[in-house]
Amino acid sequence: MNRRWVSYPYLIWMIIFIVIPSFLILFYAFTARDGQGIRFTLDNFYKFCEPIYISVLLKSLGLALFSTFVCLVVGYPVAMILASKQFSKSATLSMLFIIPMWMNFLLRTYSWLTLLEKNGIINSVLSFFNLPKIDILYTDAAVVLGMVYNFLPFMILPIYTVLMKIDGKLVEAAQDLGGNSMTVFRRITLPLSIPGVMSGITMVFMPAVTTFVISKLLGGGQYTLIGNFIERQFIQLSDWNFGSAISMIMMIFILISIWIMSKFDEDKGGGAALW
Amino acid sequence: MNGSQPIILLKEIRKNFGQTEVLNNINLYVLKNEFVTLLGPSGCGKTTTLRIIGGFETPDSGDVFFEGNRINNVPPYQRKVNTVFQKYALFPHMNVYDNIAFGLKIKKMDKAVISKKVDEMLEMVNLQGFQKRSVESLSGGQQQRVAIARALVNQPEVLLLDEPLGALDLKLRKEMQLELKNIHKRTGITFVYVTHDQEEALTMSDTIVVMNRGKIQQIGTPQMIYNEPKNAFVADFIGESNIIKGKMLKDYSVEFAGHVFECLDKGFELNEDIDVVVRPEDIKLVNVENAMISGEVKSVTFKGVHFEMLVEGQGVTWTLHNTEMAQVGTAIGMSLNPNDIHIMKRTGSV
Amino acid sequence: MVKKIIMKSYLGLILLFMYLPIVVLIVFSFNKSKSRGNWSGFTLKWYRELFTNSQIMDSLYNTLMLALISSIVAVIIGTFAAIGIHNMKKFKKSVVMNLTYLPVLNPDIVTGVSLMIMFVFIGSLIGLKLGFLTMLLAHITFNIPYVILSVLPKLKQMNKHMYEAALDLGATSMYALRKVILPEIMPGIISGFLMAFTLSIDDFVISYFTSGSGVANLSITIYSMARTGVKPTINALSTLMFVSVLLLLILINIRSSREEKKKRQYDA
Repeated sequence: MNRRWVSYPYLIWMIIFIVIPSFLILFYAFTARDGQGIRFTLDNFYKFCEPIYISVLLKSLGLALFSTFVCLVVGYPVAMILASKQFSKSATLSMLFIIPMWMNFLLRTYSWLTLLEKNGIINSVLSFFNLPKIDILYTDAAVVLGMVYNFLPFMILPIYTVLMKIDGKLVEAAQDLGGNSMTVFRRITLPLSIPGVMSGITMVFMPAVTTFVISKLLGGGQYTLIGNFIERQFIQLSDWNFGSAISMIMMIFILISIWIMSKFDEDKGGGAALW
Repeated sequence: MNGSQPIILLKEIRKNFGQTEVLNNINLYVLKNEFVTLLGPSGCGKTTTLRIIGGFETPDSGDVFFEGNRINNVPPYQRKVNTVFQKYALFPHMNVYDNIAFGLKIKKMDKAVISKKVDEMLEMVNLQGFQKRSVESLSGGQQQRVAIARALVNQPEVLLLDEPLGALDLKLRKEMQLELKNIHKRTGITFVYVTHDQEEALTMSDTIVVMNRGKIQQIGTPQMIYNEPKNAFVADFIGESNIIKGKMLKDYSVEFAGHVFECLDKGFELNEDIDVVVRPEDIKLVNVENAMISGEVKSVTFKGVHFEMLVEGQGVTWTLHNTEMAQVGTAIGMSLNPNDIHIMKRTGSV
Repeated sequence: MVKKIIMKSYLGLILLFMYLPIVVLIVFSFNKSKSRGNWSGFTLKWYRELFTNSQIMDSLYNTLMLALISSIVAVIIGTFAAIGIHNMKKFKKSVVMNLTYLPVLNPDIVTGVSLMIMFVFIGSLIGLKLGFLTMLLAHITFNIPYVILSVLPKLKQMNKHMYEAALDLGATSMYALRKVILPEIMPGIISGFLMAFTLSIDDFVISYFTSGSGVANLSITIYSMARTGVKPTINALSTLMFVSVLLLLILINIRSSREEKKKRQYDA
């Protein structure tokens, strides 16, 4: 019985559309085109080391990390409430966190403009109650808000899934052994949910650090994150070599963070129950 | 070969999975109407042998014959052989009727004929009225019966059974053993049965093939295998036994445990090193004075029908089964009849 | 009791945060005034205008065609791929699985630009221009792994002798595939298809880099409008799409719960 050949069309497809493009990025990143033609160079990487680029990189990482942190702090309780006894019977409730994703995310993000504007809806409500207005549109705060808004479900769902799988008897056993609810959470629920937290962090951090849409819509036209940089190199400036180099650096960052996360997951995932 | 042609014949079959040798020169024939059991520990190659007969594996070398025709390259769906799989492999998206009718529908049989045959089969396995039930709602024993019916309805020449009772509890397993034996008698179909349970093999089979590490160790009737194990592996695997190193002094005379015994074996070289097999139930308890061997009782365990005693004497730990019981710490005497001493050629490692 | 009130109000607050923009969007699709933020009376004119706006209708058509074709092709290639991968030996399997995870884990923007480079590179050799076809190829590429990842678990759950049992009963490989394996893994194929379809409809980043001038899906159209102000017609269209998906979901839910009930009654 040999049915392995049925996957060959897929393998050929992936070689053409994934492997070759990846090598093209590599090729462009290490070359430059000048009068004489194409030559090998590291200039694209040297260029990236200039302070303006490094500061953009650091800003992107910082904002993504902060948004991930906010998602975790806001999302973990949501997942816990959804998985708790009082609510676990209604699968509909957890569906409520998926449904928004069916509306085009550009439109949903764009909608925040209407809400956040100087004379927008939120400020109208605030001024109705004689409260001070907020003016965060086109600032870091608006970008973070956009990221949290877009990626919060990616944090809630994996944690919720893991929490649902925890055997209720474990919690009962811990209570039986004299643990109060704080201890049970700290010693049982939290350690067992670490795999969900880890995949939640990865799923929020990755798109957050590479986005160029949220920053452009809510941060304004001049707002620059690393994603906007890459976009500009390819769409407006046509400097593919530099763009490829930044993409490559981005890819390496992401792969390293995935690797760290999976390491963490393995170590703690297996050993968590032993704490 | 009793004059009749074997229905299945395996000749010098070899099979490797990567670096691992799974079958090493398997030669075996199965006669029509026979109930043959392939017996051995897991990883001994018994399932692979069955899968080669079924057509799910092809041997690296050697030939498979079916009624005299070489069938090495005949695909499973063209063989007149059907299989009852481990854990049944019923199709969960079909009900009982559709599972059993699967093979008949492929043969494009008339609907009325199919329906009649399925009903007959369900009657045979005692599942009348189960046609419309989903297979997932059945108990393990019932699923087992459906799997047997699904295979038998195609009227195969040979039925292959791969540890079919492995997933059932003890009581149900005993019941199904009898039922399978009945089906075998009634249908007259040749059965090739794979199991690692020696008791099951002894109860059901006409012929037992004991396998270990890809080699056939012994072929014979249940009595032969039990009473005349060919080597230490067979002796140890079939029932419990004491295996003692000894020396064949001459024909009908063997020395072991510091004593010379009379025996029924001959044809060994003078002073050849051999292994002696003694079944625990064959050792008789006697007074210490008239004993061939004496020893001290180290432990006694009640086993239901008999007591199992471990006795240390003459540098050997003996396992005894007896309905009488001796106190721990006391000295006892043991004696052996010549026909309870089985001599085996030394095979090196067991 | 207090605990439950706190829990409920926290959940309510988060849901408000999630749905506020959507509600605003839907409400303003009925707004008379064109400018966002100023409510000036109820109207249905945007919904009427929607069907005569060729830019929006074209991009809607592109979006739906892309999603439909790419998810069907991805399901075919991906299902066979999953069957093949399932039967691979350990080492080869892990190599192929890593390749499969790559587009899932890679940032969209990197996948997008790398495909763009390749299409331009190859295009210059064979005269292929960025457009609908390149977008379609890109969508198929990022859809296949999701199909594989939802079909593989179903194959693993399947009794490994199921396929052999069918052959044993006289089925040819094709017949066994059709009658035994496919029905068995169908739930995985369907969820893979739905996931691929949804991802394709919602994709912006990869489409943005692999489409050419003049060809746009809805996301690209919205993005280009964002500079000058999104028209309420887009709001109207999104409202229609959102509501129809919602209705579809409710319908499926009702049907499957009814079937469940029926099945349980029968087995009992």
